[in-house]
Amino acid sequence: MGNESFDADLTRSAHGQIAKERLYHWLLFFCAALTVFVTVSIVVTLAVDAVAFFRQVDALSFFTGTEWESSRGTFGVLPLVTATLVVTAVSAIVAIPIGTAAAVYLSEYASDRMRSVLKPALEILAGIPTVVYGYLALVYLTPWLRKGGLDLSMFNLLSASIMVGIMIIPMVSSISEDAMSAVPDSLREAGYGLGATKFEVSTGVVIPAAVSGIFSSYILALSRAIGETMIVVMAGGMQARMLDLTNPFANLFNSGQTMTAAMVHAVTSDATGGTPEFYSMFAIGLTLFFVTFSMNLLSNRIAARYREEYQ
Amino acid sequence: MTRDTPLETDGGDPRADGSGTAVADSAAQTDSSDESLLDSSFDVEDRSHASEDTDAIVEARDIDVYYGDEQALQSVDVAIPEKRVTAMIGPSGCGKSTFLRSINRMNDLIDAARVEGELLFDGKNVYDDDVDPVALRRKIGMVFQSPNPFPKSIYDNVAYGLEVQGKTDDVDEKVHRALERAALLDEVEDQLDESGLELSGGQQQRLCIARAIAPDPEVLLMDEPASALDPVATSKVEDLIEELAEDYTVVIVTHNMQQAARISDKTAVFLTGGELVEFDDTAKIFENPESQRVEDYITGKFG
Ligand SMILES: Nc1ncnc2c1ncn2[C@@H]1O[C@H](COP(=O)(O)OP(=O)(O)O)[C@@H](O)[C@H]1O
Ligand SMILES: [Mg+2]
Repeated sequence: MGNESFDADLTRSAHGQIAKERLYHWLLFFCAALTVFVTVSIVVTLAVDAVAFFRQVDALSFFTGTEWESSRGTFGVLPLVTATLVVTAVSAIVAIPIGTAAAVYLSEYASDRMRSVLKPALEILAGIPTVVYGYLALVYLTPWLRKGGLDLSMFNLLSASIMVGIMIIPMVSSISEDAMSAVPDSLREAGYGLGATKFEVSTGVVIPAAVSGIFSSYILALSRAIGETMIVVMAGGMQARMLDLTNPFANLFNSGQTMTAAMVHAVTSDATGGTPEFYSMFAIGLTLFFVTFSMNLLSNRIAARYREEYQ
Repeated sequence: MTRDTPLETDGGDPRADGSGTAVADSAAQTDSSDESLLDSSFDVEDRSHASEDTDAIVEARDIDVYYGDEQALQSVDVAIPEKRVTAMIGPSGCGKSTFLRSINRMNDLIDAARVEGELLFDGKNVYDDDVDPVALRRKIGMVFQSPNPFPKSIYDNVAYGLEVQGKTDDVDEKVHRALERAALLDEVEDQLDESGLELSGGQQQRLCIARAIAPDPEVLLMDEPASALDPVATSKVEDLIEELAEDYTVVIVTHNMQQAARISDKTAVFLTGGELVEFDDTAKIFENPESQRVEDYITGKFG
């Protein structure tokens, strides 16, 4: 800026500055408002269309029905919900231990060099399109598991959910690792100073201190698993099957249809607008929305509780 | 650091006096105490029991420590007597913490750090290949410069060392005893399952001391344990250290010289460059040091 007439400069630039600041303010506000607007419109649209569905189909039988055969007009959502739960549970069993262990390795054990190789590799894993995972599950994983002696159908929830688990590992590991790396070294030193081994420091000091971040990573990853579509459509099949609690392996080894897969089905089938088959998509969508929404709420509650306890 | 101002070199680190608002005050105080330093009226406590020497429990022989290419300690020789308080003083950056950390091999945790020479603990060189640093640290406890309680309950903080060291019998009793010895039990008795982070700074540091002594180590290393504390908390910690010396060997780093004079039996003076310039009875160091540089440092003429 010039050093000419200080006074004139002072007022002129102030005018320009204030106008610019105002512009930034509104620009930023507009973007923030837009995201809220989009979210609200999505929920409203879902709700309106779901209402159209529930005019034609009894809500109670929708939420408690154990049979889903949309082409025949049977709309019981439980087979879809339980298939989603099965996929989520199995993917959690795969992703949580591996993802957490990878995070501990990266944060506590890996040398700087190793970390500089592994972290980008994990990020690449996170960037692979899900259609590739779906393909891998169908074309490689299912045949391998069959060769390994499992009596799997061509389409089955086991392969699909293992692959979903693999897909969400980077999410668990990278968010958990961030949380663990944020634990101050002074706490590690306190642990070592008391004669703890590296493993004891990792599990007894670092993980507890990072627990709220680690937990958030689980919830985020599981929300992702619940909403995952492509892998379960490609490898899990399209046949709705109610969870048989006495024999859950039957559900794993055979094809199943998750909520997301059923929505894809509703769009891709010949069902045209106006039919309950088509509108069922929105009812499922709304259900899905509430499931993930309550999971996020839960995770916030849990994170807040641990934060209180630990900070 | 501005080591050429007398304020810093006479050990009157403003931080030692607690809050930032007290800095001006403490500057005034240290100024006047500076005068008294020149008259060499150091308040060296008479610790008569300590007059006779005990055997060395920790002995450094020609220790050099490097961080990468930089040398932080130069051929340090020192024999630390058992069940006495040994103070390490010197301007900041002269290697006091480095020396302390080389005793219990905490330097192992810093990739760039390299230790040469012999460091004997109970006659055994701790840098021998067959020494497990984890086992070593179970015998040598440590208290750090700023309080670092775990984000766990007060009880779990103190019990942690017992747990990892497998000393799992009478945990309750040991936890209570450690808190009592750390002069904290009265204040926290009915909040043992509340988080250690909810305590005040001075209480947190006493919690860390309780945590360090609970597994009953032989040596307690303290790296400026009072530097983040207000004067009241500092004097509590000092009283505590004198008591602890009845059962433990205490090695304390401080750059508060009055503190060293008050609580220690032996004093080691490190000066810039990582040299241990003089090591002797505290009274001797503060009243009649051999080295001119030590005298200059103690009287605030140089840093
Ligand atoms: N982790 C480290 N990496 C590199 N240099 C270090 C490290 N810690 C200390 N040093 C250097 O070693 C010297 C001594 O430091 P330190 O032992 O902390 O001194 P003091 O405790 O007396 O203030 C300083 O020059 C400091 O910069
Ligand atoms: Mg230091």
